[in-house]
Amino acid sequence: MADVKRTPIFPEYEKLGAKTVDFGGWDMPVQFAGIKKEHEATRTKAGLFDVSHMGEIYVEGPNSEEFLQTVLTNDLSKITKKRAQYTVMCYPDGGTVDDLIVYKLDEDQFLLVVNAANTDKDFEWLKKHKIDGVSITNHSDAYGQIAIQGPKAEEVLQKLTSTDLSTIKFFRFDYPVTFKGVKGNALVSRTGYTGEDGFEIYLDAEVVRDLWNQILTAGEDVGIEPVGLGARDTLRFEANLALYGQELSETISPIEAGLGFAVKTDKQVDFIGKDVLAKQKQQGTRRKLVGIEMIDKGIPRHGYDVFHDNEKIGFVTTGTQSPTLQKNIGLALVQTDYTALDTEVLVQVRNRQLKAKVVSTPFYKRPKQ
Amino acid sequence: MNLPEDLRYSEEHEWVKVEGDKVRIGITDHAQDELGDIVFVELPEVGDELAVDDPFGSVESVKTVSELYAPISGKVVEVNEELDDSPEYVNESPYEKAWMVVVEPSDSSQIDKLMTAANYQAMLEED
Repeated sequence: MADVKRTPIFPEYEKLGAKTVDFGGWDMPVQFAGIKKEHEATRTKAGLFDVSHMGEIYVEGPNSEEFLQTVLTNDLSKITKKRAQYTVMCYPDGGTVDDLIVYKLDEDQFLLVVNAANTDKDFEWLKKHKIDGVSITNHSDAYGQIAIQGPKAEEVLQKLTSTDLSTIKFFRFDYPVTFKGVKGNALVSRTGYTGEDGFEIYLDAEVVRDLWNQILTAGEDVGIEPVGLGARDTLRFEANLALYGQELSETISPIEAGLGFAVKTDKQVDFIGKDVLAKQKQQGTRRKLVGIEMIDKGIPRHGYDVFHDNEKIGFVTTGTQSPTLQKNIGLALVQTDYTALDTEVLVQVRNRQLKAKVVSTPFYKRPKQ
Repeated sequence: MNLPEDLRYSEEHEWVKVEGDKVRIGITDHAQDELGDIVFVELPEVGDELAVDDPFGSVESVKTVSELYAPISGKVVEVNEELDDSPEYVNESPYEKAWMVVVEPSDSSQIDKLMTAANYQAMLEED
């Protein structure tokens, strides 16, 4: 615990009744009022998340787009200024370095938002493959990040800014945005990790705590809840959003994880992993990520083995009892032969093998407005 | 933290209530609070034998699985089947509605080795 890091919002956690855990070297709240309550608040009202632990890496210079096209699997040429894109970095063998969001700040300036635990690895990876005319800097410590998510997210946030938030469409952002009672400028994008509408807000680490408190106050009347990593995980899981270290890893490719939409093997540029990923796209992969739902009583959990007859066919990447659906469900990476809908499989839950079946994902889709 | 005086407590956060020649077992208020929202309880069947300190079931929250360790040895004579449909009782009423099993102890001297409420509280405060 000697080296554990804390976000600028840490001093607020205790007042809000948080339980904290070590998450990738960060002392983060796993829950405040309770995972189920926080989950439900985000699905029906609004939830506020401290995600200041996320990494922020700047890539700048005249050749920055050319460079990023060689390390990112999505096609960066498809987005214009003030737009963001979900993308992946891969190893030559197709395994995943990280999944991330890239923000196009300007023609020659990009912000990469990466997973907290991968920040140093990603930064080194980018520097290793850097070309001339590009500068790469890790600004993670200088930035705070807050997410407000849920059907009431816009209503609450709009109380604090004169920027018309309705003009920020999905996966677009605005900068500079100012907030009442908060110094400095923020970047606001309509993005998130919950399956709900909402925003992610980046601003100076020094003022992120002020914005946190302003939003909690502004959201009081709609019943906003501070949300910890526990509910963040159940929310993203129901919406079938991948978590690095579970659905993605050094040994799991984005194609296997069902993220083919973010892997543009037809883009002209050769990017790292392209050959393998193109082959996986054309010929299919030996294993695939599927949704499973328990038939027998029991809850699938990360790391549990999956069997068919006596053969091990894969493992559970994430599983829990879905707070929204009240079903025991999971995501599992299994041999492609067993991925057809309704296929029965067995999940090894401690000393027993329990029946489950393959179901479609996402488990949850937000109702159309 | 609610710690009834008439119960005995194990290091693994189970409580034991002596009822004549049988004992009722559950998990403590502290344990349920640490685990968070309980969504699933897995218990043994009537007739199963528990061995002291061995796992006899599990309690699952949204986030984690936690094993139940037998505070004493003995034969299961009753199981709280209501927890199948209402695992939230563990959070709401850990000492009443969320009792888990009733056991006929095979060695009642094991009960005396369990902690009193005061000793259990002292153990929690040390953590």
